[in-house]
Amino acid sequence: MQGFAFQRAADAAAAIALGAGAGTAQQGARVRFLAGGTTLIDLMKLGVETPETVVDINHLGLDGIGRAADGGLAIGATARNSDLAHHPIVLAEYPALSQAILAGASTQLRNAATTAGNLLQRTRCMYFRDPASACNKRAPGSGCPAIGGAHRMLAILGTSEHCIASNPSDMAVAMLMHDAVVHVQGVGGARQVPLDDFFLLPGDRPERENVLEPGDLITEVTLPPAEPGARSCYLKLRDRVSYEFALVSAAVSATMAEGRIVTARFALGGVGTKPWRIPAAEAILAGQAPDAALFRRAADLALAGARPQRQNGFKLELARRCLVHALTQVTA
Amino acid sequence: MSATAEAPPMRIIGHPQPRIEGRLKVTGAAHYAADHHLPGMLYAVPVGATIAKGTIAAIDARVAEQMPGVRAVLRRGSFPALAAAKPDFASVADLEGTVYVDERRPPFDDDTVRYYGQYVALAVADTLEQAKAAADAVRVTYRAEAPEVDPALTAGEMTVKSERGDPDAAFAAAPVTVDQRYGMATETHNPIELHATIAAWEGDSLTVHEATQGVVNHRNVLAAMFGIPREKVQVISRYLGSGFGGKLFPWTHSPLAAAASRQLGRPVKLVLSRPMMFHAVGQRPAITQRIRLGAERDGRLTSLRHDYVNATSLLDDYEENCGEATPHMYATPNLRVASGLAKRSIGTPTSMRGPGAVPGLYALESAMDELAIALDMDPVALRLKNEPPLDQGLGLPFSSRHFQECLTLGAERFGWARRDRRIGSMARDGLTLGWGMAACSWLAERFPCSARVELRADGTARVAAAVQDIGTGTYTIMAQMVAEALAIPLSRVEVALGDTSLPAGPVSGGSMMSASLVAPIQAAITRAGEALVALAAGNPAAPFAGAKAGALRFAEGRVAAAEGNRQAVPFDQLLRALGQEAVSGLGRAEGTFPPKEKPTHSKHSFGAHFVEVTWQPELARLRVSRVVSVIDAGRILNPLAARNQIEGSIVMGVGMALFEETDYDPRSGAPVNASLADYVVATNADAPAMEVHFIEYPDTHLNALGARGVGEIGLAGTAAAIMNAVYHATGIRVRDLPVKLEQLLG
Repeated sequence: MQGFAFQRAADAAAAIALGAGAGTAQQGARVRFLAGGTTLIDLMKLGVETPETVVDINHLGLDGIGRAADGGLAIGATARNSDLAHHPIVLAEYPALSQAILAGASTQLRNAATTAGNLLQRTRCMYFRDPASACNKRAPGSGCPAIGGAHRMLAILGTSEHCIASNPSDMAVAMLMHDAVVHVQGVGGARQVPLDDFFLLPGDRPERENVLEPGDLITEVTLPPAEPGARSCYLKLRDRVSYEFALVSAAVSATMAEGRIVTARFALGGVGTKPWRIPAAEAILAGQAPDAALFRRAADLALAGARPQRQNGFKLELARRCLVHALTQVTA
Repeated sequence: MSATAEAPPMRIIGHPQPRIEGRLKVTGAAHYAADHHLPGMLYAVPVGATIAKGTIAAIDARVAEQMPGVRAVLRRGSFPALAAAKPDFASVADLEGTVYVDERRPPFDDDTVRYYGQYVALAVADTLEQAKAAADAVRVTYRAEAPEVDPALTAGEMTVKSERGDPDAAFAAAPVTVDQRYGMATETHNPIELHATIAAWEGDSLTVHEATQGVVNHRNVLAAMFGIPREKVQVISRYLGSGFGGKLFPWTHSPLAAAASRQLGRPVKLVLSRPMMFHAVGQRPAITQRIRLGAERDGRLTSLRHDYVNATSLLDDYEENCGEATPHMYATPNLRVASGLAKRSIGTPTSMRGPGAVPGLYALESAMDELAIALDMDPVALRLKNEPPLDQGLGLPFSSRHFQECLTLGAERFGWARRDRRIGSMARDGLTLGWGMAACSWLAERFPCSARVELRADGTARVAAAVQDIGTGTYTIMAQMVAEALAIPLSRVEVALGDTSLPAGPVSGGSMMSASLVAPIQAAITRAGEALVALAAGNPAAPFAGAKAGALRFAEGRVAAAEGNRQAVPFDQLLRALGQEAVSGLGRAEGTFPPKEKPTHSKHSFGAHFVEVTWQPELARLRVSRVVSVIDAGRILNPLAARNQIEGSIVMGVGMALFEETDYDPRSGAPVNASLADYVVATNADAPAMEVHFIEYPDTHLNALGARGVGEIGLAGTAAAIMNAVYHATGIRVRDLPVKLEQLLG
């Protein structure tokens, strides 16, 4: 860990002004916002993150959870994951989101971790986390030892020859399924970014993981109103029962009428370099009677283009089974 | 259970006792090694090699040395070279003189790197943060070589460990055979308490607070490395956040901290990080085993061959003694056990809970299951069929073996008779059930040990020995032994341990501590009683004035005249009458391990595990749901602590079967999953429902109480029982641990 300056921002504008000097908001940022710290402090101890300045944003009043203007859900950037998972609106209208959050990390971590921090958590790729190792995401151009090394947990979708790091978030998978929008304030004002556009694929710039620029501060995440009558769930498959990142996961939601699917949506976790959603795969479900073979076709569409490595080819079949099982549950 | 009925009734031993230091631990008042802070203390952070094989070309510490608070960046040549400790495993039988380490090379001994994470420098600073920052700023350049990382373990030569009859001919002639290989991944101990050393010199005397399972051995190793008399070194380890064998013998960080302290003239604290717990402090090595069984059609074993090879480091020959239980487990006229080593670019392996027998019985008990299937025979019946009349390996009678009762009682408690042998044929709540079983065994021996017991005028007693409580309940067991013998409440016994200034005791290893303490504590109480009697006899003011010492006897904490109707006087009352604060006695007993002469009996504990797994094929979701274990370990001194040991072992067995694997990068040799998130151990949520039964036949060949150890036996056989259940559920026989769900996807 290297020494750093610690500041408490007076308000959001001051935080943005401090952040504007970060050089980048991606890997190598010289200024980092501190919310729960469950990722940042960990990575600073490992020497993966080396900010010169850490700006505390916990007291900026960004921790509310409540109705959005459109009747949906507005989640403050520093709302704690535990508070969100147990919020009455979430439990009643967005159960998959609650389940996803509670499937992640541990109680202690969820009590500290925040909405924006969860979206910005970094990959668990073991080479990324070890500064003694090469890693294109941490040290651009140094190579990717995960390809040909230990990569059982890593991505099969959205990968490139430069990076196969998986996105580890459970919460983001459920949010993506719910069409979440990320609200950002920056040097140039406020903007809204659909969550699917927020994350970037690694391509040849794996050090860039999202669209944030220096000074950008996530203020809240909004979800549109839940579909009336929809049933949703989050299914996470992993080696042990608790406290482990997903091998594969699925957030699913469906509305039914007269034994047929009216609308269905799903997103996959653990398989992609970002939370994975393919609308065209969802589209084949509308108007159909629930059926395992149908769900499997949807899974195949969602998983099209997968490029597994030696150790993680099983994720393809496991993801199919995960999705079929989850869709069967919400359409039964 | 007749043996139990004949034993004298006891008030405290054999009854469940919560651990006496429990309140200190849960309130944070128990100070573990790393909790000690000394005036003027500096902090040390090691720099680990980032290659697994090669040489150090240069160490550039110029930036680090100029950083705030940094006192030194030590490396080879920064301090006088440390001597090698000349370890001798047989010396662990020497109470005062034990000198053993697994990694023999002293730190900074040369510029050769033999494993990833080997310490190449040590940053020392005023604060932990400064030391860490400085360690990160040290630039080391290497001449790297290709490390030895081949996961296929083959040995140049095999050493025969046990042999009888003609196993090759018998195997060739056997109508039913099994010939399989079983692999086990490297396991890392991962106790929650990190390794820690706090070293302080005063003149030429060294005091060390250390997270160690053996203070006396640790003291002797440090004395040897620094070339100073043992009397000049004090090692303290009052509480341990577990060790699982990883803290049995000293590792190189400890002399490093002591050398830094001597060099800088200040106390030095060195606490390893979690990643460092995967580098230079041992691990259960990767192992491959081949079991060949030959049997008659009725199930009688005619041949058993067990060959095993474990990975060891480039410098040290650590042998995982996988064949320990094989020669005595089952009757067979023909047997050969042979071992070999494969040198790899890894840190030196070490004992991990149940070293040898645990991996060995994983292989043997898996093969026995495969044999039962080949014979179309019930696996319990197969084991019952092969009960040996004696230990055929040693040619000695068993001191106490009730293995068949473990099998039958376990089967009854589990409901084994309802098992449908067909694969995947059993179900509950929409889940496929798998039922499997396996046997376990663990050696029962004693180390030499001494102890002092003091009787005090206030009615309390103190028992002291330089032994350790590694979280297993030794504090409580010692208090129980004294309270029972003196007929006083447990709360009146003070226990002192974990300090080399106390009477010498052995390492906490091999599940031998309780058995080793029985005789010396009893002897110490006898000596203290003799001292009290001598005082009473000679004192005209005392209740026994005029009595000859020989006419007084001390029993159950009281002195009484051997003749006449004089009332027995409790020791505290007598001490007060004599105007004495206290009397004390020192007891000492020899050990049985390693044996100095041929023993008269084969001493082992036995048991059987019955396991239920649930299997959801559509999600490849496997859970261990229920375990029944029956353990034959002699008299159980503290049923609460004993059950805790077996249950903890079963949960560890779940980890061994399903999760635990230290993942070495196939190119660099680095253990890449060096964190508690990435090295997967069983969580509470993974723990099955557990029923533990002890069948108590006191084994007085080992000690007067008839107690054997229970710290390790629960892990033996557990992984085999789980994998046998997995096969029963899935029809897939996985022979490499841990099983991963992709192997069961079908």
